Amino acid sequence: MSLNYISEILPSLFQGAGLTLQLFFWTLIGSLPLGLLVSLGLNSKIKPIKWILDIYVWLMRGTPLLLQLIFVFYGLPLIGVVFERYDAAIFAFILNYGAYFAEIFRGGLQSIDKGQYEGAKVLRLSYFQTIRKVVIPQVFRIVLPSVGNEVINLVKDSSLVYVIGLGDLLRAGNIATSRDVSLVPLLLVAVIYLVMIAVLTYILRKVEKRYSYK
Amino acid sequence: MLEVKNLKKSFGSRVILDDVNVTVKDREILSIVGPSGAGKTTLLRCIAGLETADSGEFLIDGVAFDPAASDTSESVIGVVFQDFNLFPHLTVFENIMLAPTMVLKNTKSEAQDEAKTLLNNLGLDDKGELYPHQLSGGQKQRVALARALAMHPKILCYDEPTSALDPNLRREVEKLILKLKQDGMTQLVVTHDMEFAKMIADDILEVNYLDNSNQK
Repeated sequence: MSLNYISEILPSLFQGAGLTLQLFFWTLIGSLPLGLLVSLGLNSKIKPIKWILDIYVWLMRGTPLLLQLIFVFYGLPLIGVVFERYDAAIFAFILNYGAYFAEIFRGGLQSIDKGQYEGAKVLRLSYFQTIRKVVIPQVFRIVLPSVGNEVINLVKDSSLVYVIGLGDLLRAGNIATSRDVSLVPLLLVAVIYLVMIAVLTYILRKVEKRYSYK
Repeated sequence: MLEVKNLKKSFGSRVILDDVNVTVKDREILSIVGPSGAGKTTLLRCIAGLETADSGEFLIDGVAFDPAASDTSESVIGVVFQDFNLFPHLTVFENIMLAPTMVLKNTKSEAQDEAKTLLNNLGLDDKGELYPHQLSGGQKQRVALARALAMHPKILCYDEPTSALDPNLRREVEKLILKLKQDGMTQLVVTHDMEFAKMIADDILEVNYLDNSNQK
């Protein structure tokens, strides 16, 4: 395992890691707010909204993410909906993770005592103010560990985009391994994933600490 | 003066309040006393707008108001809940300042000044930066009281103010309520404790079971 070889393949691995991080970032930006909205809808008193969202969550959690990626990129064009590779990946990831986050947030929302809403109501806070200032900060703290779990899964799930031909970290390592008949690229891929996850874990711990009030 | 006229409320087929009339005179204390299940908390929740009455009229100083409306320009009713319902993620200051800044659109410094004054008056000068879980039951209740007072309600309602507290704190609650009365506050106290009601109230309304056919 010469250092020379490592420095030769690292740039392409970092490039792959860059794409992985981009996917990760945009998926979170899209799926966290989506999950929040869906969870509010899942708790809604308007039944049709709840039914539609229940079906959405069931579809997203009930089928493999791999299938969803293939469906969006290879399936939808057959009915005239064409995505770029990268857009297809982000679209599928946001829909999929949005459903998981919605379920996590729904649990968090349900654990907020009715008295909190009543306390806010007699102080004449509007529904929106109550959600923003009273409910979300408490839900946020409750769901943080579960959200952290999903966030870490997301880093690794992003490797599924190889199936639609996107050059992420795993694909970069795979290409180098089969080209050079060497284990080194795959080991490096593992190390890069581990480092990314270590950094994320550290950040999540910090955030948990920052928002704990007990 | 708060007047409630011909208030009716049922849950399903179970009649809870049947033509109830309540009057709380300015600067006086009305206690609503009765066994649990008699509907006294429901009565308070109707007045606070947390339940919608089936029928009945609510008047404040002779003018009709809708307790459930949140868009009125003035606060009519303040509530100190049985288990206080403080916001656990906010400090004592933030609990008190939230509604004045969000609803009354007071500036932060105005709200903070007022919160400080309220806490001083309630003997909680040094508790502003603490979180609710760091307070004792009696302190939580006083924070809940300060939070309600910060909205300048015309009537202050208490739901069972003694039941979540140590029995020997009853005197303290009594003093607190009587002090507020001296300051000119009109108060309505729901309690099952007749002795306590007699100590504080100018007037006592006894709510009894309507009749046995309604009790299952």
